[in-house]
Amino acid sequence: MDHTADKPHAEGVQHPVAIYLWIWLLLFVVSSFSYMVDYFHLHGALRWTLILIFMIVKAGFIVMIFMHMAWERLALKLAILVPPLALLVLIALMAIEGDYTFLTRLASFVR
Amino acid sequence: MATDVMTAQAPAAGLHGVATDLAADKQAFPVPWGKLMMWIFLLSDTFIFSCFLTGYMNVRISTTAKWANPSAVFSLAIGQTEVPLLLIAIMTMVLITSSGTMAMAVNFGYRRNRSVTTALMLVTAGLGACFVGMQAFEWSKLILIEGVRPWGSALGPPQFGAVFFMVTGFHGLHVSAGVVYLCVVAMRVWNGFYDRKGTYETVEVVGLYWHFVDLVWVFIFALFYLW
Repeated sequence: MDHTADKPHAEGVQHPVAIYLWIWLLLFVVSSFSYMVDYFHLHGALRWTLILIFMIVKAGFIVMIFMHMAWERLALKLAILVPPLALLVLIALMAIEGDYTFLTRLASFVR
Repeated sequence: MATDVMTAQAPAAGLHGVATDLAADKQAFPVPWGKLMMWIFLLSDTFIFSCFLTGYMNVRISTTAKWANPSAVFSLAIGQTEVPLLLIAIMTMVLITSSGTMAMAVNFGYRRNRSVTTALMLVTAGLGACFVGMQAFEWSKLILIEGVRPWGSALGPPQFGAVFFMVTGFHGLHVSAGVVYLCVVAMRVWNGFYDRKGTYETVEVVGLYWHFVDLVWVFIFALFYLW
């Protein structure tokens, strides 16, 4: 039976170095993609979508493979990865707030 | 392997595993405490950087002035041509490479290969120092030549300078601290401290910190430099 999937990432659980080299290469490639977005002056929704996609892909590689989160038990994954979701509420609130401030400034302070 | 003998079957997987991990009369997270505490520290650091970046979003939305164009601000001239964002691209590659060497250092640590682990950690620290050096170059260029200040700049609204120094400064501080941390642990790997202790898990803990620094840069690169 496959123990390695369930066991905590303890000593003795070793991954071949090749997986790190692959992820390293992929990070290079995805980084160059995001650089290309700027280099070719993409604009608007396409630019923002591509930036966010590449950002999330890179973050996923780093957290899951380099930080070994993929091999941790689900309880630890949830304890670390779920709390940051609260930030989505903060981001939404601050975006609304920023819009409001912007409109107030336009209405009252910009000639 | 004694634990394997005592627990008759492998720990449950999935949500049932979460329930037994958290509710059973045992240690909830079966990882070394140093690693768990580093994860919790990194979680709190996530919130700090997220607050910075959310604050950045807020001031960028609310300013009526035109935001500076990072693509032009951070360009480098090669010969006669201005290559947009070149310095930042190089810094990104350096940090990713350092993350790769760190991941390999952790791997060789668990193989108890003292010399290779030390060498890879020192390479990682060197690349980190290189990153901070390039950041110092970037800062001096912006402060001395472009005249950007935390309270204002000719390139964009005052918020641009404030956010730039705050976010990259805090990240640079993390990288610098990481270089020191790496050097200390590398020294201990080299003089056999972890062989005597019987475990190389500290190398993985410093690795977690270092990958996190790289992770934060991914977000800063995307949201501040590219947006």
